[in-house]
Amino acid sequence: MRHGRWRFLAGALVPALVLHAVFVLSPYAQAFYLSLTDWTGVAGEARFVGAGNYARLGGDSLFLHAVRNNAVMLVVVPLVTIGIGLFLANMMHLGGHGGRRGIAGSGAYQIVYFFPQLLSLVVIAVLWGFVYNPNNGLLNGALRAVGLDGLTRSWLASPSLALVAVMAVLVWSSVGFYVVLFSAAIDSIPRELFEAALLDGAGGWATFRTVTFPLVRESVHVAFVYLGIAALDAFAVVQVMTVGPGGPDGATEVIGLSLYRNAFQYGKFGYASAMGVALFFATLTLAVLALRSGRRERLELA
Amino acid sequence: MTVTRERAAVVGAGPAPARDARRSGAAFPVHLAMLAWAVVTALPLLWAVVSSFKTDNEILNDPWSLPASPQFDNWSRAWTQASIGRYFLNSVIVVGGALLLTMLLGSLVAYALARYEFRGNRLVYYTFVAAMFFPVFLALVPLFFVVQQLGLLGTYPGLILVYAAYAVPFTVFFLHAFFRTLPGEVAEAAFIDGCSHSGVFFRVMLPMARPGLVAVGIFNFLGLWNQYLLPLVLNPDPDRYVLAQGLAALSVSQGYRSDWSGLFAGLTIAMLPVLVAYVAFQRHIRAGMTAGAVK
Repeated sequence: MRHGRWRFLAGALVPALVLHAVFVLSPYAQAFYLSLTDWTGVAGEARFVGAGNYARLGGDSLFLHAVRNNAVMLVVVPLVTIGIGLFLANMMHLGGHGGRRGIAGSGAYQIVYFFPQLLSLVVIAVLWGFVYNPNNGLLNGALRAVGLDGLTRSWLASPSLALVAVMAVLVWSSVGFYVVLFSAAIDSIPRELFEAALLDGAGGWATFRTVTFPLVRESVHVAFVYLGIAALDAFAVVQVMTVGPGGPDGATEVIGLSLYRNAFQYGKFGYASAMGVALFFATLTLAVLALRSGRRERLELA
Repeated sequence: MTVTRERAAVVGAGPAPARDARRSGAAFPVHLAMLAWAVVTALPLLWAVVSSFKTDNEILNDPWSLPASPQFDNWSRAWTQASIGRYFLNSVIVVGGALLLTMLLGSLVAYALARYEFRGNRLVYYTFVAAMFFPVFLALVPLFFVVQQLGLLGTYPGLILVYAAYAVPFTVFFLHAFFRTLPGEVAEAAFIDGCSHSGVFFRVMLPMARPGLVAVGIFNFLGLWNQYLLPLVLNPDPDRYVLAQGLAALSVSQGYRSDWSGLFAGLTIAMLPVLVAYVAFQRHIRAGMTAGAVK
């Protein structure tokens, strides 16, 4: 039985480890070093500039726009998505008769809701670029059709609306996934708890607040982390859909886009790497905060 | 059978349609809310499909009209002239290769780490798993130069290797937990019967892990098929564009030429295979993807 054990282990681990080291670990490690240089892509000509790139980030108004926009998205996108997701998942299970599970056709609704999750963000961005088109887009067309011509806008060309339009797309594309996730969490709550709440005379809202929500809290935490990471990215939607991209006037700029532009259009590889490191620490902070608060609030169902 | 029970544990992560629902008869406002979101979700998608059969004039004049006569020409124009067909084929090659490589390497690593005790086991595990917490943006600049120096920029093997490298960590994480739950007796029996280590893996353990492989395989397929950032940076040759890349480039160039109908057709072609796969496997897909989030 020991025969060939090491040979098998080596064969199983070494190819994947080599791949991992070359394409994942080494780029991550190099990024930290590059962020301390002024490298512009010419071999052997990287000058060490210490924290210079990081100091410049603070004075880069477009990057500061990006940070602000990502921060706004980080708050708004998870809150709205989770709000709608919980609402719909709860509706499915408590439809009108507190305590009873599921409404007719909830399976069909879930099938429809979930579909956008499967589409590439590029497909979604191209599609919504059409929807927002001021002249022949679906949104203004719908407003005109119901007589609300006064509400039609150039959604993506207006600095005050463009970021909202981007966030709406992110929410639209992810709600379905969280409806399914929360729905599965609610399914696993013992039925007796709902019946007890019903006997105690709790209405729909009271049942949700005292029974459902505390017991799906862990799923909500997972959702916050995932949506937060998606909101810190948002690159594909912004790059494909917005004017500029990132415009108008930096209104939809995101960190990923700044990084991409500085690296692959301006050739400022050192500076772009500093942005990557900043994004890394933002992601890390988010994950740590979410995990810590999640642990404290975990509720034992015994 | 343990195998069937494991399958139920994974697939059961999806919601079961509640049967007593039909009897309870939900209130009208609830249905209204549910229906409203269904319309919000489905309408833009249906609109794109319908628009792909319209003429440019019809699209420009009335976004709500139905096509007077369906313009199938839009589709063939998008497929050949706008190269959607070529992009589609590129995506199939790259994603197919990367998926095979990811599943092979990921399951080997997960199995070796889950079923063998050796010094450094935990270290190797965390080396893989830690990579899941790093944003790809951080690696982007050095990765470009690594791929360039290997002469793999804009090639199929280059994309396949990079795709696989970034999909393996989650695959290891997911399957590691899965292999641990499998019973050891069958493997021991196989060893006693003289089966080699790799024989036990390929002929005994891998078939037993099928439900886990299907779940993570679906998850990986969708993630790789929809990948945009990596090809954007590592795949600059327009002849090798993958579908997402091609569509993004097309939306810029067709926009200039105002070939709206062609672009709608391209968009619909890009959505179609995902829709067909979803209709066929929708319960597995939802179960697999939500299981990925919960684990």
